[in-house]
Amino acid sequence: MDNTKFCIYLAVMAGVTYLVRMIPLVAIKEKIKNKFVLSFLHYIPYTVLSAMTVPGVFYATGNMLSACIGFVIAVIAALFNRSLVQVAALSCLGVLATELVINYIL
Amino acid sequence: MYTINSFKKGLKDGLPICIGYFPVSFAFGIFAVENGLTILQAFLISVTNLTSAGQLAAVPIIAGGGTLIELAVSQLVINSRYSLMSVSLGQKLSSKVKLFERMAIAFGNTDEIFAVSVSNNGELGSKYMYGVIALPVLGWTSGTLLGAIAGNVLPPIISAALGVAIYGMFIAIVVPVAKKEKATALCVLLSIALSCAFKYVPFLQNVPSGFVVIICAVASSVIFAILAPVKADDSTPDKEVENNG
Repeated sequence: MDNTKFCIYLAVMAGVTYLVRMIPLVAIKEKIKNKFVLSFLHYIPYTVLSAMTVPGVFYATGNMLSACIGFVIAVIAALFNRSLVQVAALSCLGVLATELVINYIL
Repeated sequence: MYTINSFKKGLKDGLPICIGYFPVSFAFGIFAVENGLTILQAFLISVTNLTSAGQLAAVPIIAGGGTLIELAVSQLVINSRYSLMSVSLGQKLSSKVKLFERMAIAFGNTDEIFAVSVSNNGELGSKYMYGVIALPVLGWTSGTLLGAIAGNVLPPIISAALGVAIYGMFIAIVVPVAKKEKATALCVLLSIALSCAFKYVPFLQNVPSGFVVIICAVASSVIFAILAPVKADDSTPDKEVENNG
């Protein structure tokens, strides 16, 4: 992609991301009390991440079977409260194993 | 209240985050180059943003020539959780932390850096915060750079496996909370149902990818903020507290 056009995208993206972090840290010193705002902010991280993950994850490997196996392994590992690194690593290994079976054994 | 302000302690606390970020940003580097960005562009995105979910959503918008509004709104919504973390982190910082120091610390306020730093007892000084931020930034940017370079060289089977790394990290963040809080679990399922509808229902498929995440996340969060509001002091949904008590 063209660098000039990219720089405009980059400036907008970095600017928004930074201001979202910076303004509340600098401006708000008191605790937020509004129950609706607090509740909305509580749910937002999880709804964002889950909407990005499903169905996106099923297309992440180019093969829906290996992606599904990676997804299922990640969910199981997370249910057992494994760390971020462990969940991601186990999921990758699951995909790798499935891809190896599909490509070289089946 | 005492203040933690050791750069060295910060580095020590940040090391596990750095190790965790490396493979995820490596996968991001591969993803960005696959979508048509150059190695330098992938690297610059990570240097200036430091946000896994935001960056992942931004790449298809940028590579696909989406509008600046779509990009800005997607970053605003996806990264809005940082505003709450910034409010919370701001109250944890020592009163000696100056305005420009707060502005610098804000850049490094990611989910993991936030979680690790506020888990300390006592107030936090700027030197400690710089320490916690330093290694994860290094891990995130160098991982992206190496992933973007290696993406073309790695066997497709390895790239495929790394493709799920970032989703694995998301799953590791969402599932334990959904397991503990029924309202969050239902809210997440609603968000997933909506996101699947936008992928598979014919006329909904035309909505740009950045907007899909926004619509699903905002709609399900608003609905559950009304149906199952959290308690003001500990940010867990009321219903769960009642069930436990």
